[in-house]
Amino acid sequence: MKASVIVFPGSNCDRDVQVALEKFQIATTMVWHQETELPKSDLVVLPGGFSYGDYLRCGSMASKSKIMKEVIKYAGTGGYVFGICNGFQILTEAGLLPGALLRNNKLKFICKDVQIKTINNQTAFTKKISEHKILSVPIAHNDGNFFASKEEIQSLKDNNQIVFQYCDKEGNISGESNPNGSFLNIAGIVNKNKNVLGMMPHPERVIDQLLGGTDGQEIFRSLL
Amino acid sequence: MKFEIFVTLKKDVLDPQGKAVEGAIKNLGLSNISNIRQGKYFTLEIAETDEHKAKQQAEDACKKLLANLTIEEYSIKKLS
Repeated sequence: MKASVIVFPGSNCDRDVQVALEKFQIATTMVWHQETELPKSDLVVLPGGFSYGDYLRCGSMASKSKIMKEVIKYAGTGGYVFGICNGFQILTEAGLLPGALLRNNKLKFICKDVQIKTINNQTAFTKKISEHKILSVPIAHNDGNFFASKEEIQSLKDNNQIVFQYCDKEGNISGESNPNGSFLNIAGIVNKNKNVLGMMPHPERVIDQLLGGTDGQEIFRSLL
Repeated sequence: MKFEIFVTLKKDVLDPQGKAVEGAIKNLGLSNISNIRQGKYFTLEIAETDEHKAKQQAEDACKKLLANLTIEEYSIKKLS
């Protein structure tokens, strides 16, 4: 299996995700944002970071970069695209996922472990995770407050596109377990075709006990 | 041709930054001021003599990059 990790100016989780992919024997190529061709890939990852210093809106400038034209084409043919944190923001700005990620409701950068509930385990990204399993995964963002119009939210529900929701340790999805004000505690969604996943938490940071946890492994294992 | 563009959050989108600014304004004793919403302001020049065409290009820039129409709206005004 081959993966491409897109590197934008300001990406800072690109190497972490490379380490995570390679741990699962996924051969990984780093692709600079100014490239105009995507290497033959089974998966494209948009990593976390602060592309273009979050200027204008998080992910807005990165979504217009040269390589993104190819990523959009690739996603259109059913290719798997996985955006983490800033990668999720880029996917919404590129129109590959609905909604937008606003400033956290309490205006603070949040860096901590949170619990997320696996709502849809019928995607390529979650197929080896048991239904409703609670994963402990860190978040590290200033703009993770998921927003979408009423129609978009209804469509996300109708098409089973909500993949992860913030919850507490018992799995309760409530206001108290919502770290950033996201609609419906949404932490991750897929597109209608289920081949593009965006999520704010960082599974690549919990792939080894030495890093403090292994729950992120479940996502990378699902991709194999 | 020179234009100015305002990009603001749609009415139904919460604006926590605007709220925080409003809190600070109230702390200053300016208690009559309320409903503060924060937005972005751009000026740009377009090398085009036809006003209609120039305005369309400004619209294009708003729709494609300057505003995210999921959460924001924009207004364009000709300056010169």
